[in-house]
Amino acid sequence: MIDINISRQLEGAEGRFSLVVKQSIEKGQLITLYGDSGAGKTSLLRILAGLMVPEKGQIKVDGQIWFDSTQGIHLKPGKRHIAMVFQDYGLFPNMTVRKNLIYALANPAKTKLVDHLLEVMELQQLQGKRPATLSGGQQQRVALARALARQPKVLLLDEPLSALDDKMRQKLRDYLLKVHRQFDLTTILVSHDVGEIFKLSNKVMHLENGQVVSYKTPLKMFSHRHFSGKFQFTGEVLEISKEDVIFIISVLIDNHLVRVIVDHETAEGLTVGDRVLVASKAFNPVIKKV
Amino acid sequence: MDWSPLVLTLKLASITTVVLIVVSIPIAKWLAYTNIRLKPFVETLVSMPLVLPPTVLGFYLLLAFSPDSPLGQVLENWFGLRLAFSFQGLVIASVIYSLPFMVHPIQSGLSSLPKSLLESSRVMDKSYFSTLLHVELPNIKPSLLTGIVLSFAHTVGEFGVVLMIGGSIPDRTRVASIAVYNEVEALNYHAAHQYSLLLLALAFAVLLTVYLVNGGFIKKFWR
Repeated sequence: MIDINISRQLEGAEGRFSLVVKQSIEKGQLITLYGDSGAGKTSLLRILAGLMVPEKGQIKVDGQIWFDSTQGIHLKPGKRHIAMVFQDYGLFPNMTVRKNLIYALANPAKTKLVDHLLEVMELQQLQGKRPATLSGGQQQRVALARALARQPKVLLLDEPLSALDDKMRQKLRDYLLKVHRQFDLTTILVSHDVGEIFKLSNKVMHLENGQVVSYKTPLKMFSHRHFSGKFQFTGEVLEISKEDVIFIISVLIDNHLVRVIVDHETAEGLTVGDRVLVASKAFNPVIKKV
Repeated sequence: MDWSPLVLTLKLASITTVVLIVVSIPIAKWLAYTNIRLKPFVETLVSMPLVLPPTVLGFYLLLAFSPDSPLGQVLENWFGLRLAFSFQGLVIASVIYSLPFMVHPIQSGLSSLPKSLLESSRVMDKSYFSTLLHVELPNIKPSLLTGIVLSFAHTVGEFGVVLMIGGSIPDRTRVASIAVYNEVEALNYHAAHQYSLLLLALAFAVLLTVYLVNGGFIKKFWR
């Protein structure tokens, strides 16, 4: 359980604002911090990591005090049993993939863990290479593996998938879910991508100008349009084409292109690039194992 | 030809460089990361030898080192050191004089490293020295090389400071640049040529090494 109750002044694009967060995060959850850029998501992550110091408040994790302004306690980042994946990954350029992981170990003798992580993240082939020679997705996997080498209780990820293409993203989401479960982590990640949030997280913490405006499941958060559909996805309109008297809307849901027939009125209200909810409740979807 | 001034020069430059590496890395690291208000003043002090006439620096050091000054007395009474007109004095003066040539490259190298490297290491509970040794220094090798070579070369080229606080005592403070001056004064042009040519070649070779290594030239053609 992570109990956060902190405040801090931040310098934003439109002047100063206060980051005020009072929230409890359950153990073992995968939480997404969602919100516009400059809302304080990364700052909150850095405060949890101990890289930024709040002005007031308290952070308590499983009974251990990480920060308490009244008692003057600020636990060093290294003592918090956390791992952080930075937006630019922060891989050490002078070390090979394997050495990056070994350096991260709390106990340098535990090379078995390194072997295990290299295997889980499918990095054995690359372990002798330097980070600069790897692709973005590979670097991301190394960063994740290196974070896990710390055997953290809490994993913090700052927009871990934003620099990758769609295909790689999907693969890495699967890796992320896998390790989140396998290593019994409490994971907090920053993301803008609604699809990603749906797929990954248990709860979404929505920040606006430094304030938590909601803390809900992704479904409750993003399907607030009073839709009671049982079968629904969000996607992006790619194309609107007219066929005789009907319109066909092509919607990209995750990586799948779905064509939906709509009437003239609905089509008028849509433009290419709109985010839409595709839902249905009048038929039974067929499920087949693939 | 008397080789002792050249030997003395190389000895002075080597010792100065080693001392500078040890002294400059913590200063450069502090300057690279601190946000303290005092920073511009410290940076100014470090850079002073770049613009200060060497004779001025030498003059003040001479006063400070003299056995009549408070510092000179402490050094003499407590450590038995007399720095004026001695080799140790030259080393200290050279360290101060060449400080910016070591601090600046290392500082700019460290500041150009992504912040996430340092923070990753902090989150991993690594100490100041572990981070320095395993993460920071290995990633600024070109800056380190530049610092080492420039301070070495700059110490070789030192004249004013040495003359002020070292004089020209054979085997103790008469370095090559002073020897050139003495030989010219004595109208002994042949000897002056010998020292000068050697210094010229040394300076050229040393600088060329930096540019070749840092320009990737050696990496490109050395396989």
